[in-house]
Amino acid sequence: MTTASDQPLISFQHLTMEFHQHRVLQDISFDIARGQTITIIGESGCGKTVLLKLMIGLLHPSTGRVTFDGHNLSELPDRELTQQRLRFGFLFQNAALFDSMNVYDNVAFGLREQRRMSEADIRDIVRKRLQEVGLPANAESKKPAELSGGMRKRVGLARALALNPEVMLYDEPTTGLDPIMTDVINELILQVRQRNPVTSIVVTHEMKTVFKVADRVVMLHPLSRLNPGESQILYDGPPDGLKTAPDPRVQQFVEGQARERMLEMTANPA
Amino acid sequence: MATAGPSTPGPIVSLGAVAVSAMTMLGDFAIFLVQTLGWMIRRRPAPGTILPNFYLVGVRSVPVVAITGMFIGMVMAVQMFNVFNKMGMATRLGSMINITVVRELGPVLAATMLAGRIGSAMAAELATMRVTEQIDALSCLGAHPYHYLVVPRLLACGLLIPLLTVMADFMGIMGGAFICTRLYGVEAHFYWAHSESYVSMWDVVMGVIKAFFFGCSIALISCHRGLNGQPGAEGVGRSATEAFVASFVVILVLDFFLAIFLLTMHDRFILHGIGRSFF
Repeated sequence: MTTASDQPLISFQHLTMEFHQHRVLQDISFDIARGQTITIIGESGCGKTVLLKLMIGLLHPSTGRVTFDGHNLSELPDRELTQQRLRFGFLFQNAALFDSMNVYDNVAFGLREQRRMSEADIRDIVRKRLQEVGLPANAESKKPAELSGGMRKRVGLARALALNPEVMLYDEPTTGLDPIMTDVINELILQVRQRNPVTSIVVTHEMKTVFKVADRVVMLHPLSRLNPGESQILYDGPPDGLKTAPDPRVQQFVEGQARERMLEMTANPA
Repeated sequence: MATAGPSTPGPIVSLGAVAVSAMTMLGDFAIFLVQTLGWMIRRRPAPGTILPNFYLVGVRSVPVVAITGMFIGMVMAVQMFNVFNKMGMATRLGSMINITVVRELGPVLAATMLAGRIGSAMAAELATMRVTEQIDALSCLGAHPYHYLVVPRLLACGLLIPLLTVMADFMGIMGGAFICTRLYGVEAHFYWAHSESYVSMWDVVMGVIKAFFFGCSIALISCHRGLNGQPGAEGVGRSATEAFVASFVVILVLDFFLAIFLLTMHDRFILHGIGRSFF
């Protein structure tokens, strides 16, 4: 007999996504188990962020299904979808902090929106989350425009963690950061997992992040550059297997080799 | 061998594409309108969203609306004085200026100014929020963008633009009176007496009713354009421009239909007995 914990937490079934007749994802099928940390890698434009937004119901698939804990997200009414979304935390690519609010109000936003807690309880949680991501108390009153890239990402992480999510979604969490701050964010991703039994999905280009945080790697390839009949998922397995993957495109991506791509671009300038 | 280039669509196909696009946008706007009204009824606006919007729409617009209103009245006085004076009817200028300001120019020009000042800013702000994924972040944190962003703006514009219109009317009336009585020496007693006999409370109410619809249109159109903004700086700019142009056109079209409707209502129900003198 299968129990709820045996079932995949998130499942993609024959998923296709199109924007104005431009297909980005085609026939994607894979499952994500509870407690897993999975990284999704691939060239720009292969649909990684779209996949992340489909997981949380910000986008709905053109065909196929995305199920979260047994719920088909496209079929949920608005109110139920909002409730399910609160089980996720989302760290956006550029943090997506609310410009008009200071750091404190940004982190407190989700808690206030639930209208269930006193301001004193909210203050305790906000301070705890800011402390966890290593932000000083004097950062609370700063506006997002006054923060560096790394601080913005950490505030975004504190905001995403404020509601104690079961699933954390990271959209390119280290893009645009210096190597030290990149490692700080990687460590924070690991700490989040150690503190709570969260399932984490990390979209990234950064191979250091992949090798440091991932249990499993899924590599997507842009549809426009696939051979006919080929699956868009080039690799699905542990990070250690990336370097020995049979598909040469996987190794080219991991090692950052541009030679094949340059030849393609020269042959097909468009 | 010659290859066939991409064929250009004919005029019928292009016309059809424009019609489909327009109908799609109208349908999308209708859904947006219904959902916004649904959120307005379902849940009271989030704390902290009402006051900042009321401040932005109401308090910050006072100077520009006051100046616009005053100069409308003053310009009308300057333009009409010679004509009325030649006919020996200078004392009747008050009725002409005041009825025009209260019924038409006050509501329409105040709304136009506010569409430029508030509507464009709303569209640009929401489009920027969309481009920078702040709208997605709202949804992820349990807030519905229509409830959190659109409802407070709709309330602020629907409630405060009529009040700003009353102020524009007052400033227009005072501006016209100042030019006529102080600059051109029209006898103040007769100026106000003629105003009293021609301008009724219904004229003011008519202007305020129009302003309510103009205010709601500005908020809804601007928020819709902002939430459907295209990526990039160009997309944000286009949202702001589209918001102003669409609001301006809708204000003029609504003005025409509301004028017909309200005058019909006036003739049917108020003409005999209920209309009271304003002054």
